[in-house]
Amino acid sequence: MTLPETTQLSPTSEQASLSGLLLLASGRFPAGGHAHSGGLEAVVTVEGVRDIPGLEAFLRGRTATTGVVTAAFAAAACAALTDPAGCGVAMLGELDHELDARLPAPALRTVSRRLGRQMLRAGRVVWPHARLDELADAMPHGPHQPVALGAVAAAAGLGAHGAALAAVHESVAGPATAAVRLLGLDPFAVHAVLARLGPSLDAIAVEGAAHARTAPAGLPARGAPLLDILAEHHATWEVRLFAS
Amino acid sequence: MRAAAHLTVALAGDGARTRITALRSDPPLILRPTNPAGPEPVARWNLRETPVVRVSLAAGAAGPVGGDDLRLSVEVGPGAALVLRSVAATLVLPGPHRQHSLSETTVRVGAGGTFVWLPGPVIAARGCHHRAITHVTLEAGARLLLREELLLGRHGERPGAIRQRLRVCLGDRPLHDQEIALGPGVEGWDGSAVTGGRRALGSLLVVDPDWAGQPFGLPSPTARADTALLSLSGPAVLVTALADDGLILRQRLNTGLAALEACLPRGCA
Repeated sequence: MTLPETTQLSPTSEQASLSGLLLLASGRFPAGGHAHSGGLEAVVTVEGVRDIPGLEAFLRGRTATTGVVTAAFAAAACAALTDPAGCGVAMLGELDHELDARLPAPALRTVSRRLGRQMLRAGRVVWPHARLDELADAMPHGPHQPVALGAVAAAAGLGAHGAALAAVHESVAGPATAAVRLLGLDPFAVHAVLARLGPSLDAIAVEGAAHARTAPAGLPARGAPLLDILAEHHATWEVRLFAS
Repeated sequence: MRAAAHLTVALAGDGARTRITALRSDPPLILRPTNPAGPEPVARWNLRETPVVRVSLAAGAAGPVGGDDLRLSVEVGPGAALVLRSVAATLVLPGPHRQHSLSETTVRVGAGGTFVWLPGPVIAARGCHHRAITHVTLEAGARLLLREELLLGRHGERPGAIRQRLRVCLGDRPLHDQEIALGPGVEGWDGSAVTGGRRALGSLLVVDPDWAGQPFGLPSPTARADTALLSLSGPAVLVTALADDGLILRQRLNTGLAALEACLPRGCA
């Protein structure tokens, strides 16, 4: 029996972007996310969340609100740069205004811009791209995090779906990691929660990607009133482990 | 039931009063001019001394019930002032064939106009499947006070599914856009990110062009984390609160508004 001659296999474009997605969605990506608990620190103190079921209910609510909005905006921002018909950086400005209107809590707007700035700074070095430089020049205070994430995803060669998936994953992975540090929960059990959330995250990423060409005004606007209220209170605490 | 009611008010020729120029009730949406009842909110707007017109919205039938499609459009002319209240709470009920119900409200406030909207609470009864959309457009210099209160089920009752979206624009630029989705079929809605198991939530949105460009340092109206004054990205503040029942919710919103008003005369900057 003769073995077939080895041929050079080249990945499809979808496969090629997977390593970019893993890099971008990794908790180790140096975009500053580790300093934030996504509202979990306030929830632990004020609402008394202590255990795995409480964490899971929190994460499900966060995914269905912040996660849905973040995924859709990241997808739209990515498409604005990757679509031949996309309007580029001008569209990112419009998306940024729309996101501002969807973040009533000033503390959360500040955090979102800070994380956006850090994401863009990292992204410009990791995946250098003229559009990222243009975006940084156009928004010196930093774009909102989902807009920056979508733009960096485009520079990393991802499409709208990859951008949405990275965004929604990031919206739960941060608070889940924080839960281990804040509550001393078993990291295996916490990751089991993330695995159970998988189908929801996948569905939200698909829904987000479907919004890639939606007019900015029509993008999702799901709010989480308790996260808004707690974020303002948390911002006044003198002693806290996380920045948000 | 399908209904489309309409209300237009405009400043009368001499500028001394606001006049109702069109009022079309369409059952179950019944519009009635009313006399002032109780103190007007936002003292600094001095509505008692302003040419203001007051109208009440009453429900001519139970509901909205599943299958209903209710639309209300309101236009406040340039410089005119309208206070719209509703007479009672709105109980949203399921329909006989599990259909969804919809209420859509469209508001346009002309330049320098004032619109105060104080509807009663919306109660999402068990089994309801309701969607409410409110779209407000404010022209240059227009002021707005808008209250929304949502109670999740009647006493001791699990709520139905409800989605409420409020979008407010200054001209063509978005100022505030939030959708609340709660009840069966919505993931995590009673978890500690969204309501934390509380049964009442609401907000008071105050838009005042005098605040443009002012940085707000707003106080925390209560020591507990149940109410917050949120300074929006624009000349507006959102008082938002959660509570275990409608009475406490109303108190918290009023406390929040009082805290906001208390810091305004001193400029708050």
